[in-house]
Amino acid sequence: MLVREQLTMSDYRDKDPLIHGIQSKIRVVPNFPKPGIMFQDITTLLLDPKAFKDTIDLFVERYKGKNISVVAGIEARGFIFGPPIALEIGAKFVPLRKPKKLPGKVISEEYVLEYGKDCLEMHVGAVEPGERALVVDDLIATGGTLCAAMQLLERVGAEVVECACVIELPDLKGRERLNGKPLYVLVESH
Amino acid sequence: MFAAENGLKGDPRLQAISNAIRVVPHFPKQGIMFQDITTLLLDHKAFKHTVDIFVERYKDMDISVVAGVEARGFMFGPSIALAIGAKFVPLRKPKKLPGEVIAEAYELEYGRDCLEMHVGAVEAGERAIVIDDLVATGGTLSAAIRLLERVGAQVVECGCVIGLREVKGQLRLNGKPLYILVEPREIDGC
Repeated sequence: MLVREQLTMSDYRDKDPLIHGIQSKIRVVPNFPKPGIMFQDITTLLLDPKAFKDTIDLFVERYKGKNISVVAGIEARGFIFGPPIALEIGAKFVPLRKPKKLPGKVISEEYVLEYGKDCLEMHVGAVEPGERALVVDDLIATGGTLCAAMQLLERVGAEVVECACVIELPDLKGRERLNGKPLYVLVESH
Repeated sequence: MFAAENGLKGDPRLQAISNAIRVVPHFPKQGIMFQDITTLLLDHKAFKHTVDIFVERYKDMDISVVAGVEARGFMFGPSIALAIGAKFVPLRKPKKLPGEVIAEAYELEYGRDCLEMHVGAVEAGERAIVIDDLVATGGTLSAAIRLLERVGAQVVECGCVIGLREVKGQLRLNGKPLYILVEPREIDGC
């Protein structure tokens, strides 16, 4: 297992036709949402049933049988990948949402954006102390949102086992903002 | 039409699903008894039953498109799409989808809102279903149906977990069949 984890992502890509298939379905949209940003669009992946299924299967294969009882997904694209994974591994799905979307009692975690701040909320009582949790999103960039998500789970006493994303933008060094928690991604984009 | 009156009468799964839904009074404003499906997502068995019932219904109907309405439609639609081998198409609030989109406006209680779909996601002649957590007035679902029909798709049915009183007795929306699993829960002191 240690040797496998020392392989670089390009090793995975060369060795794994599934990963290559998934990567080929992701569309890059230039200058969205603003000039200079090359947006990684996963909606084209969702249009390919086999590639979408392969994506989910790769995560399920990694997390099944590891006693994970919580899959937390970040609004909104984390809601697309998280629930299928949760259903397959027998875990609950917990949506982490922008402010004022979740009804009832919530806890909030603020995080810093390029300009200004934002906030992520989770339902009180959704997760219990000692539960083993994953955080799922489509992409990790700076890691700010994932970090806030991890904080929410840890504040209620859960153990964040890993963060899982389809895509990583390694140049933005989001991996370093995860307080030492492991990150698993399928595809890197430079 | 309600599932209980359409082949699933007495199916214990429907009761489990209904029991797992939480009512939050006066959210987002006074007088509204909000039907909160997040508690359903915390109940793995009941969540699985929900997806299974839709999958059983749609798997042999030659459906190639599952369209899900942002954001709670994202929690149910992708799992259904994966199980029936269809593509998943997210229908989103304005400015969220990158690249070329078509937009459809719809009426709210006060004011208007807008739903967008990617150009090219759905082809003419495809058979589609629309999935959301709840149908109230049907305004959002109607906009969803119009988007799909504008690109030449055939909307076979709309599937929702919960259907409010306004739609009871309404078998169709824009002339399209409506399939609903459960009625709203009342507050019963639980």
